[in-house]
Amino acid sequence: MILNFLKPRREKLNTFLSIGIPLISLSFIDFFSNSFFNINLTGFLPETLSYFFPILVGGIGLYLIRIEFSGVRLLDKFNKNVNSTTFNAILTLLIIFILFKYIPPLLNWFFFDADFAGSTKEDCTSGGACWVFVKVWFKRFMYGMYPNPEQWRINTAFIILFTLIGAAFFVSQKYKKYIILFMLFIYPIIGIKLISGGIFGLKWIETGAWGGLSLTLIVSAFSLILCFPIGMFLALGRRSTLPVIQYSSLGFIELWRGVPLITVLFMSGVMFPMFLPDGTYMDKLMRVVIAITLFEAAYMAEVIRGGLQALPRGQYDAAKSLGMGYWRMHLLVILPQALKLVIPGIANTFLALVKDTPLIFVVGLLELAGMIQLAKTNPKWLGMAIEGYVFAGLVFWVICYAMSRYSQRLEKRLSTER
Amino acid sequence: MNLKKFSIDFKNKKKLIPQVLTLAFIISVIAYFSYNAQVNMGNRGISFGYGFLSQESSFDITFSMIDYDGSYSYGRAFLVGLLNTLLVSVIGIVFCTILGVTIGIGRLSQNYLIAKTAEWYVEIFRNIPLLLQIFFWYYGALRLLPLPENAMNFNDISYLTIKGWYVPKFIWTNFSIFFSSVLISIIAIFFVRKYGKTQREQFGKHIPVGIISILILILLPSTTFLIGGVTLSFDYPELYKLTPTVYNFRGGVSIIPELISLALALSMYTATFVAENVRAGIQGVGKGQKEAAASIGLTRGQILKLVVMPQALRIIIPPTTNQYLNLTKNSSLAAAIAYPDIVLVFAGTALMQTGRAIEIISITMGTYLFLSLTISILMNSYNKKMAIKEK
Repeated sequence: MILNFLKPRREKLNTFLSIGIPLISLSFIDFFSNSFFNINLTGFLPETLSYFFPILVGGIGLYLIRIEFSGVRLLDKFNKNVNSTTFNAILTLLIIFILFKYIPPLLNWFFFDADFAGSTKEDCTSGGACWVFVKVWFKRFMYGMYPNPEQWRINTAFIILFTLIGAAFFVSQKYKKYIILFMLFIYPIIGIKLISGGIFGLKWIETGAWGGLSLTLIVSAFSLILCFPIGMFLALGRRSTLPVIQYSSLGFIELWRGVPLITVLFMSGVMFPMFLPDGTYMDKLMRVVIAITLFEAAYMAEVIRGGLQALPRGQYDAAKSLGMGYWRMHLLVILPQALKLVIPGIANTFLALVKDTPLIFVVGLLELAGMIQLAKTNPKWLGMAIEGYVFAGLVFWVICYAMSRYSQRLEKRLSTER
Repeated sequence: MNLKKFSIDFKNKKKLIPQVLTLAFIISVIAYFSYNAQVNMGNRGISFGYGFLSQESSFDITFSMIDYDGSYSYGRAFLVGLLNTLLVSVIGIVFCTILGVTIGIGRLSQNYLIAKTAEWYVEIFRNIPLLLQIFFWYYGALRLLPLPENAMNFNDISYLTIKGWYVPKFIWTNFSIFFSSVLISIIAIFFVRKYGKTQREQFGKHIPVGIISILILILLPSTTFLIGGVTLSFDYPELYKLTPTVYNFRGGVSIIPELISLALALSMYTATFVAENVRAGIQGVGKGQKEAAASIGLTRGQILKLVVMPQALRIIIPPTTNQYLNLTKNSSLAAAIAYPDIVLVFAGTALMQTGRAIEIISITMGTYLFLSLTISILMNSYNKKMAIKEK
């Protein structure tokens, strides 16, 4: 009887609301006074009970206002979204409390108590994050050890690249393909010459000085461009009917997919020089790019193979019935369609590639994460590790999040077209 | 195996020539590299061979699960590294599964707050390079822990400090008897389940298999304490004074911060991928299935357990195994924070000492290759077994 009386009913909506809402408010007041003003309103209760008091009372309150089809729109929406069962109600309270408890201190550390002005560690006095560290080291984080007066070259190279990418989006279809061809085949040479120098009176800057975020982007861009044709051939080889080609492609793909990138980089660092003719020297960065290229080519091959498999058989039959040979069929009919299918997959591979580049620090190349490792061991800036990692994490997060969003959008757009 | 697949048609030139060319290319590349390697090694006065594995290693490893010090061989050092890699992988796999399944289910929750929180967890941790996350935990977060003298104290049983996490050590006597009793009970449970299944399918009898299994698992091993002479005691860590100002813990087991941060970063990162797989798997089960199950009167729990999960698992398991493999491979990032895994111990220290680049790198890569291929072969056979058999 008493249980039936306590069961929230629509007829007694106002009664239940007027009991439930004060209970919820009470739970929030208790929580806030505890965590922000250090006043324990429920100190008279046993310790554990006092600790869980907000959740207990809030849970009861939420139970009392859980009335289906109450007719009050706001209440129905609230119940449906965050208060559908007792379990859900408790979780809702927990999440709200946790967020309120931990977000403000984090924000304080990150922004409100942080130091932005100054040029040495001593300028950081307020106890929050010391963004002075990032400010002072910013050029190093972006350009590595690249000499300051020459940094305009990296900037120019990247500005040209971004202009080209932007142009590719906006110009008409007719010129788009020329821009893309230029970007893939001619621009890389221009870019690398601009950055490394040695011609047209530009000062030669050895690759050891390259670093920071620009190196991350250079390594990932070059590996992507280079791994693409290799991956395509491997994918075609994997689907070939000729056993030697099929099994050698399969073996190559599985070999690289089965080992971690870090061992591949170790290999490029210490084992690869042993395989070159005595006395030849290959640039460290070049070796790293080759290693990453071979590694990613195997993943790319599997992505492209997915596209090849997804094409209906009719496409192959139709091309063959027109009398096309193997290469004509693939270049003109199969690959254009298959590649379009796997654009999201390629974007994901590139995403993984960007996230993998920090590993090149094992062979002594310092891109963004590596530069932070270097900066935080500087005697003048000890104890700045967290600021550095948060900064690098933010930079990588923005890049990767934007790319993953873009690839998701592509996926949606391409899937509706079919 | 189909031998016909391997046979080469010698009459058809169109098929023969590309294959011969490929083969010639591969062989010439290998020959060129091995010739160079031979010349280079000859110049440096080293000869190719794996004999160094039995030589004394003379370096120490900070964390080892088996007896090891400098007097053991390089082969033993390799084993220590391999065990450490497996240890962190297993810990990572367990935690990333728990976390990933929770978050994956959370993303599908009707509760708006939970769904959003889970979504943001995935978006944040998936898009930050794993290496940065490891660095963050190791050089950032764990360095904020207190010194041993004011350690975070958990009921006087375990202590969390900047030097690691000190937990009680289990001291067993007659551990083998206990271990075999656990094995026996697992086998017994297997038979009970099988019996329960036939009873249910043939006679429609319902046998509480779950309760019986738990009872067996608890009762059988605990009887070994009574009659098998098995005892278990704990060695608790305790604080002692090293010098007047420096304190440390002794006794117990110390879980080094390298292991904690690596396991934490690996499981939090991989959990995002597992969560996405779980979500995709559950969403992949048709809505009609759930509605049909609800219409014959199953409860929500029963729907999840009997209808949704068996079908979702078929979608979830293959990509998730892939993630487990990735986690194992990613555990090689341990080298960055000096956790003594196979890469650091073998491809790092041992290589530096012996200079045998080709042998050591090939062993290291071979080990990973072996692990991945074994798991993917097992996975493929499992998939074949689980695939929907259409009649």
